[in-house]
Amino acid sequence: MRNMTTGKRNFLLTVVAILVLFGLSFVVQDGVDTYIRRIINLCLIYAIIGLSMNITNGFAGQFSLGQAGFMAIGAYMVGIFTVPVNLRADVFYAVPMNPYLVNIYMPLWLALILGGLLAALVAGLIGTPVLRLRGDYLAIATLGFSEIIRIIITNANTITNGALGIKNIPSLNDVRYIFLATAVAYVLISLLLSSSYGRAFKAIREDEIAAEAMGIDLFHHKNMAFMVSAFFAGIGGGLYGALLGTVDPKNFLFTLTYNFLLIIVLGGMGSITGSMLGAVIVTAGLEYLRVFDEPLEIMGVAIPLFRPGLRMVVFSLLLMACVLFWRHGIMGTREFTWDKLAAFLKHPFGIRKKGVQRK
Amino acid sequence: MELFQALTHMTAAGFAQHLVNGISLGSLYALIAIGYTMVYGILLMINFAHGDIVMMACYFAFFGITAFHIPWYLTFIGTIAATALLGVVIERTAYRPLRDAPKNSVLISAIGASFLLENLANYIFSGRPMHFPDIPFLSSMVRIGGVQIQAICFFIPVVTVLCLAILLHIVNHTKTGMAMRAVSKDYEIARVMGINIDNVISITFAIGSALAAVGAIMWGIRYPGITPYLGVMPGLKCFIAAVIGGIGNIKGAVLGGFILGLGEILIVAFFPTLSGYRDAFAFIMLILILFYKPTGILGETTTEKV
Amino acid sequence: MKKFVSAMLAMTVSAALIAGCGGGDKKADKGASGNVVKVGVFLPLTGDNAAGGELELRGIKLANKLHPEVNGKKIELVVADNKSDKAEAANVAARLIEKDKVKVILGSYGSSLSMAAGNIVKDSKVPAIGTSCTNPQVTKGNDYYFRACFIDPFQGTVMANYAYKKGARKAAIVQEVSNDYSVGLAKFFKEAFEKLAGAGSVVEVANYQTGDKDFTAQLTNLKAKNPDAIFAPGNFTESALLIKQARQLGIKAPFLGGDTWETQEFINVGGKEVEGICFSSAFDREKAATPEAKKFMEAYTKEYGGQQPGGLSAMAYDAYLIALNALKQAGTDDSIKIRDAIAKTKDLETTTGMTTLNADGDPIKSAVIKTVKNGKFTYLDMVSPEDLKAK
Repeated sequence: MRNMTTGKRNFLLTVVAILVLFGLSFVVQDGVDTYIRRIINLCLIYAIIGLSMNITNGFAGQFSLGQAGFMAIGAYMVGIFTVPVNLRADVFYAVPMNPYLVNIYMPLWLALILGGLLAALVAGLIGTPVLRLRGDYLAIATLGFSEIIRIIITNANTITNGALGIKNIPSLNDVRYIFLATAVAYVLISLLLSSSYGRAFKAIREDEIAAEAMGIDLFHHKNMAFMVSAFFAGIGGGLYGALLGTVDPKNFLFTLTYNFLLIIVLGGMGSITGSMLGAVIVTAGLEYLRVFDEPLEIMGVAIPLFRPGLRMVVFSLLLMACVLFWRHGIMGTREFTWDKLAAFLKHPFGIRKKGVQRK
Repeated sequence: MELFQALTHMTAAGFAQHLVNGISLGSLYALIAIGYTMVYGILLMINFAHGDIVMMACYFAFFGITAFHIPWYLTFIGTIAATALLGVVIERTAYRPLRDAPKNSVLISAIGASFLLENLANYIFSGRPMHFPDIPFLSSMVRIGGVQIQAICFFIPVVTVLCLAILLHIVNHTKTGMAMRAVSKDYEIARVMGINIDNVISITFAIGSALAAVGAIMWGIRYPGITPYLGVMPGLKCFIAAVIGGIGNIKGAVLGGFILGLGEILIVAFFPTLSGYRDAFAFIMLILILFYKPTGILGETTTEKV
Repeated sequence: MKKFVSAMLAMTVSAALIAGCGGGDKKADKGASGNVVKVGVFLPLTGDNAAGGELELRGIKLANKLHPEVNGKKIELVVADNKSDKAEAANVAARLIEKDKVKVILGSYGSSLSMAAGNIVKDSKVPAIGTSCTNPQVTKGNDYYFRACFIDPFQGTVMANYAYKKGARKAAIVQEVSNDYSVGLAKFFKEAFEKLAGAGSVVEVANYQTGDKDFTAQLTNLKAKNPDAIFAPGNFTESALLIKQARQLGIKAPFLGGDTWETQEFINVGGKEVEGICFSSAFDREKAATPEAKKFMEAYTKEYGGQQPGGLSAMAYDAYLIALNALKQAGTDDSIKIRDAIAKTKDLETTTGMTTLNADGDPIKSAVIKTVKNGKFTYLDMVSPEDLKAK
């Protein structure tokens, strides 16, 4: 049990830290070049989507592979409505845009929220048939839906411009904005998961039948997790579209979901902080692994092993190794807390004290 | 309306052609689906890498014939052996260590294995498509009435049925088969009964992968462009075929393969404007079947054990 | 909530670490020396588009070998793989500009990859020259994106005119519905053909998805309509299989396509079935338009073990030449001046004739119609932009 004063202290620390980081994001925005900014932004966006995937896969124990589809919905919402009206004819040069949509413009934040809501709505509809399934079946069914969404987008020319994709989305390479979005997503998801809903999710994960016996409405809770997950995936997808400034259906092939799978596996299925860490490591790590794709010369002799493609081999080996030897990832189902940090600072190499909680 | 138009415009020869196309595609799906269903039946896991094993088998056959100039029939035997070995290696490294782990971990490992095979193929063989060698009589065309049929299309159903018969014989009438059935019914009891579970699972993977190799050879002759990502879509579709038929049920996999193959072709035949949605058909079928009869058409009704 | 902060902290620290590592890289040091000009090469070397990317890389490397210097400075290529993925493409483009400090970017194969880099080159004011990104959106409204290839509307229109000229009155289209290139060409083919042969002259538009292997259903439908010509632009792997299956089904009508077909793999996979197809291309070795083209062909054959160059390598080579010329004209390392010099490109001798860029940054040049004969790409006809206007 945590007493009031530590509770207060932790709350204050959190508020201060958010403010400090938010302040820092202003420094980062002006202080680093666009490449670094882009990587940081991608980390933040991937963190949102990783978190969203962790709600279903990690906390509620429902193995869903539909993230790419929900991202596509969010990204297209941003793509369709935030392109300046006068630039739309350039984008829809092959098939004119639907006359009802062509003059509707939305600011980014509105498009993001609507994208999230639409994704959640679609998830709600899909959830009815799909969430009765378990394990592998659920995985394949959600993957199937994500592909169906993509195929529909490919064929709905007057709305989505089909395969030609949408460009001219006002590009958003702004650390402050994306940091704020990530912060809000984080806070909301944390609140949800520490509420009675969160506990119900975990109960379902541990044992569905026992959870049901305890009076938890399985379907209601699973659907809830699925919809919230889709909502944030939609938001993440929207930000992703805005960061790239262009979207097309091929972005959202189901293999995109694997990125987030790696993030949550590495970070720990069922750990919020883990997903955040995972997002940074995977996104930044993929960038760093780029050295493998570049030719390497040792004392003037080119090593033929280093050529494009090696990086992805290393990447997939890492994923395998992670699952095989380090199944719980960095955090497992644990979380990083101020208490732990304090305990660690007091006794860096000492034995764990009572104050350290394990959940 | 569209259906009506399509029907009135379709000639008998056209329809027969569609049927032939559907059956040949369906039997290919069936062949690969058997491999999925075998592994699932015993381990209760989707071997996500199955489609990529098919892809690797295509490359084995390609290099056997073009690079090493081995006669095609010997290459095919070699390919089947090499692919069976690959399957066993994958099982030992990616699945065996996780035998007592939660199901989701195995699933992730399977996805990882599939991803690794694709990237490895891309790295080693490059992304450029290679041409699967033409096999003298199998690649030629036969004309019956107004219908064009590639010779291989006669062989595919025959091979599928042959594989099915051999497999059913192994499963139902041999000692190994009995052990397989025992493992599939109850892991623990089978172990107690003195069955070497590891061996049984290895054999299952070897047979499943050998079937993948047979499927790959047929696939390669029929659709001769080989790329590292060639196994992805067929892999998913064949899994769906296995689910439609009732996963774990070998006859069901064949049935599911035919339903999917014919369905895919006929939907385009009757609704030509829907051709852009053709790939969605398999997934829609999957969701429908899961909704109305999750155990598949021939599957047994079992409740998941607690 | 406290978890949040720690996570954020970790993220920032890691990001900073990476930034630090990046800054200390050996390559950044090289850029500081004064006698090297860096040119970024931005191509898909892995993933779905790897085959095209590799061929273009050959063209650029060859050009660099033949023309290694400008204004007394050595041109250093910085090759980056955009992995046929848009998020990667955006990262890679930013990395080329910010970390490697390239002055010009060449690439990419695949319009959507170029579009992902569009805003980045525009915002950082570093010009890019597309090699074979044919979607009009790439250069439209972007002052910093140019290209060495012609655009989809032009190719589609050229092929429609050619089909009509050869007597086709009923055409069918098979498009790769998830491929912007294919959809773009198909759309403009349809428009142009219906203008020439009347409404309803395009009797069927069938779709397939990238990665599909079986096209028999679509083709059987199409056979019943009995078209005089079939326009089927798309990736060469899928197209080769499609044409093979069409011939197997007894469809005799000629197949028309776009410049992506011009790769050895198309012939390898398609075999004897692709004999007699025709497609538009920017380059032909028999009708070598310029001395530069001859030089290119000889060097290519020598460099790559007797192989013959195709349009993709030629266009990549041309993109390098355009950049080289601009660097020479600008006489400085200033990216904005280099951009202006590229925009002024006029009558530059390239492998595909004399290149002039229009206001959008697209080249105005003739298309060559080619076919496959005895397993080799051969010249068939030539269509200039003026030919199309005359009609």
